[in-house]
Amino acid sequence: MSSVIKNQLSQAQMLQQVQQQMQSGVGKKIPHESAARHVTGEAIYIDDRLEFPNQLHLYPILSDTAHGTINTIDLSACKEVCGVATVITYEDIPGNADIGPVLAGDPLLVEKTVEYVGQVIAIVAAQSLEIAKYAASLARIDITPLPAILDVQQAHNLQHYVTQPHTHIMGDAKRAISQAQHTISGELKIGGQEHFYLETQICSTVPTEEGGMLVFASTQHPSEVQKLVAQVIDVQMHKVNVDMRRMGGGFGGKETQAAQPACLAALASHITGKPCKMRLTRELDMRMTGKRHPFVVQYKVGFDDQGLLSGVIIDLLADCGYSPDLSASIVDRAMFHSDNAYYLGNAIISGYRCKTNKPSNTAYRGFGGPQGMVAIENIMDHIARYLKLDPLQVRTTNYYQKDQRNITHYGQLVEGNLLDEMTQELTKSCDYQQRRQQIIQFNQQNSLMKKGLALTPVKFGISFTATFLNQGGALIHIYTDGSIHVNHGGTEMGQGLNTKVAQIVAQEFQVDIDNIIVSATSTDKVPNTSPTAASSGTDINGKAAQNAALTIKKRLLEFAATHYGVALESIQFVNNHVCLGDQQIISFSSLIQQAYLGQISLSSTGFYRTPKIFYDRDKASGTPFYYYSFGMACSEVIVDTLTGEYKVLRADILHDVGDSINPRIDIGQVEGGFIQGMGWMTTEELVWDDNGKLATSNPMSYKIPAITDIPNDFRVKLVENRKNPEDTVYHSKAVGEPPFMLGISVWCALKDAVASLSNYNQQPNINSPATPEAMMWAIHAMKQPDQGNN
Amino acid sequence: MIEFLLHNEKITLTDIDPNTTVLKYLREQRRKMGTKEGCASGDCGACTVVLAQLAPSAAHSSENATLEYKSVNACITFISALHHKQLICVDDLKQTSLHSCQQAMVDKDGSQCGFCTPGFVMSLFALQKNNTSYDRHKTQQALAGNLCRCTGYQAIDNAAQQSFSQKVPDHFDRQQQQTITQLKAMNASRKSQSISATRLLNDGNPIATCHLPQSVDELCALLIEYPKSQLIAGGTDLSIGLTQHGSSYQSLIDLKQIAALSQYTISEHHIEIGAMVTLAQCQQLLMPYFADFSLLLERFASLQVRNQGTLAGNIANASPIGDSPPALIALDARLLLRKGESSREVKLDQFFTDYKKTRLSESEFIEKIIIPLPAQRSVSVHSAQAFFKVHKVSKRQDDDISAICAAYALDIDSDNKISHIRLAYGGMAAIAKRALATERALLGKAFNEQTFSEAKLMLTDDFQPMSDHRASSEYRLLLAQNLLQKLYIEISADLQQTKQLDSEQANKAHTRIFDYV
Repeated sequence: MSSVIKNQLSQAQMLQQVQQQMQSGVGKKIPHESAARHVTGEAIYIDDRLEFPNQLHLYPILSDTAHGTINTIDLSACKEVCGVATVITYEDIPGNADIGPVLAGDPLLVEKTVEYVGQVIAIVAAQSLEIAKYAASLARIDITPLPAILDVQQAHNLQHYVTQPHTHIMGDAKRAISQAQHTISGELKIGGQEHFYLETQICSTVPTEEGGMLVFASTQHPSEVQKLVAQVIDVQMHKVNVDMRRMGGGFGGKETQAAQPACLAALASHITGKPCKMRLTRELDMRMTGKRHPFVVQYKVGFDDQGLLSGVIIDLLADCGYSPDLSASIVDRAMFHSDNAYYLGNAIISGYRCKTNKPSNTAYRGFGGPQGMVAIENIMDHIARYLKLDPLQVRTTNYYQKDQRNITHYGQLVEGNLLDEMTQELTKSCDYQQRRQQIIQFNQQNSLMKKGLALTPVKFGISFTATFLNQGGALIHIYTDGSIHVNHGGTEMGQGLNTKVAQIVAQEFQVDIDNIIVSATSTDKVPNTSPTAASSGTDINGKAAQNAALTIKKRLLEFAATHYGVALESIQFVNNHVCLGDQQIISFSSLIQQAYLGQISLSSTGFYRTPKIFYDRDKASGTPFYYYSFGMACSEVIVDTLTGEYKVLRADILHDVGDSINPRIDIGQVEGGFIQGMGWMTTEELVWDDNGKLATSNPMSYKIPAITDIPNDFRVKLVENRKNPEDTVYHSKAVGEPPFMLGISVWCALKDAVASLSNYNQQPNINSPATPEAMMWAIHAMKQPDQGNN
Repeated sequence: MIEFLLHNEKITLTDIDPNTTVLKYLREQRRKMGTKEGCASGDCGACTVVLAQLAPSAAHSSENATLEYKSVNACITFISALHHKQLICVDDLKQTSLHSCQQAMVDKDGSQCGFCTPGFVMSLFALQKNNTSYDRHKTQQALAGNLCRCTGYQAIDNAAQQSFSQKVPDHFDRQQQQTITQLKAMNASRKSQSISATRLLNDGNPIATCHLPQSVDELCALLIEYPKSQLIAGGTDLSIGLTQHGSSYQSLIDLKQIAALSQYTISEHHIEIGAMVTLAQCQQLLMPYFADFSLLLERFASLQVRNQGTLAGNIANASPIGDSPPALIALDARLLLRKGESSREVKLDQFFTDYKKTRLSESEFIEKIIIPLPAQRSVSVHSAQAFFKVHKVSKRQDDDISAICAAYALDIDSDNKISHIRLAYGGMAAIAKRALATERALLGKAFNEQTFSEAKLMLTDDFQPMSDHRASSEYRLLLAQNLLQKLYIEISADLQQTKQLDSEQANKAHTRIFDYV
């Protein structure tokens, strides 16, 4: 029930109102705007939309070869199936056939050369999904295989890259390492990760009368889908409108790779003149689309007796799959986060974008950052085992300092550093030292089960590293009854962006959010938007919405001052009302009604660009991040030394979100991010067969965490009273990606448990994910003398 | 014709393709879009709905009838499963205000993207209906088959707590008598039914028909008449053919209406389990006799699957990693097979012939499973102690297919000798199989560490396991060996415990990671 609209209160009652605080503005603990519709099933996803009587459904015909030349495509049998409208190949594309997001290399449909198992060669459009699927199975594609590269090291050896290598250099790392008291080197393999958004990739398209397209796409980047659809069907962008109400999860997987189903559906609609829908089955989704990049990390570091780093050389070899996609930026971010929370001293950090015959790996929560961070956290553990120190001690020894040792290897000053104070708070609240002693004791007394403990920090840079993307737009209308319609360039994928933006607008106008609707993201409302990615959703779109609100508010203030004859400075918006000096109070809706009659525009756009940031790629130096978000987690695990199985017993998290816009939503991001990160490093294992076919292509074989996998004791807290020193929206901080990397603590705790078998003298050889099998082999090696990796 | 309640509406279906899943029926034919497809393989739970049915004892009596609420995956449930039941989906819960389970999910931030949420709500609804207070373990059991990628589950567990602390009678409680009356009226006519697709084959027959016989005799007759028929017990594996492999079955026989097959009996010497007893039921009935079997079933797929899937179905589909066959082989279980008028018994360790192949002949089916009780080995006469243990190792604790599943039945006599031994393994060969060489190395030997250390080396004689995405061959062998060591540790602890006077007070040693969950 709308409080603004229904209010017909006396002055006395209104006075009472304005003496109270509003219930739903910034900082308030309110639920997700769609929560009540999520739980009833009333929230509409694309596949729930009403279909048209002449609706067509699409099913792809895929390559079964990792690399090869197409000789013939025989689709005659497909076309004869009753109910098939058309079968579309490369030749049918009227416009641009390449949908590479930044660089070319992603053919919408393959013309001649297939580059991975699961690449789309043709598409069947039919009356039902079943018919399309059946017809697709009748296609006869003759492919002559070419040599396929499936191994990242092999690609690196051949210098087979999707984009050129890039290096950050600070000081003279080689000399520093050669002069160091101690030197270690090693290699680590880091696995990829399937996004496993619960709603698979989907798009539904309707041709429009101008020859354009109405596109309902489950995408984090509606503007890019708009651009690519326009290019594929060869029309100008203004003829394509992309509508995006909500995604059933994105996690980066729908940043660039939602474009292919969208462009295929649009192409089929364009050709047939009918509404088309392409919904990938889970199996198709897992085979066709890219994932988090697997990495191979090679390192050599020098340090002193305390474990203080003096020189670091890290090579990051990323398995990019067959095309550039976003790999250039993703590997950049891995390089930017190879320091995590630590001052590296002299450093050479190199990133290689290796090309393999797999689906093109893509954005995934953290965008390469997690892989870089795992590299340095593994080094911290390795140093600790080498020096027989507690890993936490080595970590804190190397933390960035506030006044010195505060420049990153890419030249950015680390400001607003919360590492020391957060570590103090968390070690105290989680009883780190006492539990460390108890665990050492437990491990001495138990031979079958071993416990492990690890506290790892996160320092994550916020901003798109492609600087131009750091812009946001919004549009606000206020209607004559005082209700407010907000639209912005961000997309809602469950992270609560629309809730936070509504809270920001509510705060500016001082009206409760039940008077505000944030409508579906739409390219005809806010144009030329950036993807909702890089944790930037609220930072840029919240600011843009705030700016739009401020524009209208300024008009309202000027109008009210004139209309009511009071000083502008004496007008205040308070709890759904407007105080006109100390004489009169009117409801917000009354002011709007008067402003309308006074011919005041009640609609405005808003725009925001992130200040201060730049990065000079030629010099590999700059300030690519507006600020850093901090977090840390302490995880305790128990490991069965006869099977390699394990369980997380307890996790304590302290996370920094600046001044929280909505603590409930932020806690949800932190908890969910931690568990997703834990899954990546434990049970989520992508296995490819020798022919480049994904063997773990469904949830029967690919295991994301289930409810029993969460810590038995899970304590999550936001850092209090630490607003973002930068001028972000209400001094909040981004929260989407950083908590993902808190999951690294579980992996380090698992290694800690295995290290106990060597009395903490050896670094166990455990890659990521630490599946029970990976754990078992490390345990096995520890139990055999002289087999440990040190 | 099948009839069921769609919430309160009585539905009668005759002309429907029996290959239709409940999810397709809801979304495509009823346009009830609240129930989502996340995987179409019963692995994510987004499609969870609840089936209410008369409790078996109450189906015919007039007094004290109650309803049982079971969560199931709509995506892998054949439409014929709805016969004589009430189908409740997420769209049916909200009245003028949210259901207490829904409100709990809102209040505790149990949804983020919202796509898995309807499934969680329905699992919570069934949990709330079947329990009076919150229990963490039961909650995990109820929700382990629902995947959420956003929340990290803590919020959902909090919601489960609130769903009990703020539980209020709902409209299903208020309408219970009416629902019972309607279901009883349906149940009153115990007539065999069938449903058929309207589309015809060239020979004039429908492209697909499903029969729902009422008795074992009718089933025998149908199988003789239609020997190529596929039997639907739980249907949770058969339906994967529909949703993942594009199969369509021309002739189906759904066994759910045959009351006799849902019976089990426990005598002094054995437990007899009818072919339609579900895995969830087995979990309960086996607990007092073979606790480890019950614990294995607790980790068998998800509750949604266990609510429909049957022990007989798990045997008949002859998966090399099916979890129940190793346990049953170790227990020397036998199958009563039936074909027409004739019956025969086959020992389970003789039943599997090769990958996905069994000794079932055409028109033959599993009528019941017979598990001998240790008393039959006259354990007490020789004052031997009987042990039964099962180890399952998988990447994820819940709802995951085993890398290896090992089951052991052994007796230790008063001279501390191993007087009986059967070891059976899943995941180690193309079929679930005994480790005969290893058994020979243990039988008659003293129960001590050395015996086991020597015996475990024999496993390489018994098995040459394969490598796949679940586990490498080497890991499987190492695991099998280590698990034998674990078996020794566990039985030693059990023996130690029975020697202690105060055995009830003695803490059970934690020997498995699952003990820490």
